[in-house]
Amino acid sequence: MKRLLGFLTVLGLAAGLVMGFGVAPREATQGNVQRIMYLHVPSVWVGYLAFVVVLVASIVYLARRSEAADRLAHASAEVGVLFTGLTIATGSIWGKPTWGTWWTWDARLTSVSILFVMYLGYLLLRGMIDDRERGARFAAVLGIVAAFNIPLVHFSVLWWRTLHQPPTLMAPGPAPVPGIIKAALYVNFVAFTLLYGYFLTRRVRVLRLEAEAEA
Amino acid sequence: MERRSKETLNALFFFGLLLLFVFQFALGPDRERLAGTLPGLLWLGFILSGLLGLGRTFVAERENDCWEGLLLAPGDKSAIYVGKLAGNLLLMLIIEAILLALFGFFFNLDLAGVLPGLAVVIALGTVALAAVGTLFAAMTAQVRARELLFPVLLLPVEAPVLLATVKATEAVLLGETLGSVAHWLKLLAAADVVYVAVGVLTFDFVLEA
Repeated sequence: MKRLLGFLTVLGLAAGLVMGFGVAPREATQGNVQRIMYLHVPSVWVGYLAFVVVLVASIVYLARRSEAADRLAHASAEVGVLFTGLTIATGSIWGKPTWGTWWTWDARLTSVSILFVMYLGYLLLRGMIDDRERGARFAAVLGIVAAFNIPLVHFSVLWWRTLHQPPTLMAPGPAPVPGIIKAALYVNFVAFTLLYGYFLTRRVRVLRLEAEAEA
Repeated sequence: MERRSKETLNALFFFGLLLLFVFQFALGPDRERLAGTLPGLLWLGFILSGLLGLGRTFVAERENDCWEGLLLAPGDKSAIYVGKLAGNLLLMLIIEAILLALFGFFFNLDLAGVLPGLAVVIALGTVALAAVGTLFAAMTAQVRARELLFPVLLLPVEAPVLLATVKATEAVLLGETLGSVAHWLKLLAAADVVYVAVGVLTFDFVLEA
């Protein structure tokens, strides 16, 4: 089962690369730089997915006290932080040639980076509590607070950036995207979701083995 | 207890005064530049003194070995949360009132006209700060390096509250009506409801024996 997931992930990523670099056409205005979107957008999707999983697993942990749920939350938070970090890094690399700067306090950049530091704090809290059971409880509470904070962060940052200046580059409303680019994006969405599942199962397994070794 | 909270209040008052000095030194005497950054500075002052004050929420219990007492307290732990939250709210509102008066004095602000609007913004923002702060203070009270962990956890979570309060304060100080910042006030009210509800519901798990 685990091997199958691994093979599927590799297959999906390979297909995603082929679609992104081979099949999808060079974008007219941005050129090849645009291709980083095939990494960037699926990464941020995985980040959000991972944090929703943290929320659900945290609630399940507090209700049922199952250590499996705690490990799931822990693993998912780690993978989520990894992919939000990847989102910020790829966004910066794309921003330098497109916007002319590595960093700007754009609405989406800002809200993703707030999520990034919020869940880094979550991992920090986990690392600093020696008592396993107490660490799991506190982390679950923080996981719930952080998840409910996501919509607040989203709207506050959106209003903060767009209220007093007209939206420039990232105007709301979908820009017309050719079908082939969309298809390449979808393939990468599936591939990254598989990758998330693979990382998650591996990490959960390592956490379980660690717990068993300690016991 | 009584003397201790008075000590905290005095120290926080002094801290707020020092913050004002630091802001002034960092930005220079240029009045116009100061006026533009005033809402941000004001909330920076609130949150920095709030971090110190909130972080001490459970210091008495820890130092006097009463932590067990909290854990063993019968009945619903959320009552402890609400009590601690009320105490923190009072402490923060007093500090904020003093800081606001100091700001008015040092930066030559005419606060009388905007005070009602400002009070609404400050009240909404302070509830959000104190609600999460009280919950996190309980979580970090028994952790290594709590002085470090507490702000590191609290600041990112409070980011939307800070954005909302600074923007709303800016508008109010410019003489705009509260209606023009209604969306920010709604966001703050939503944050208050969410944070207090999560705090009440999860505090039981934080104070579990």
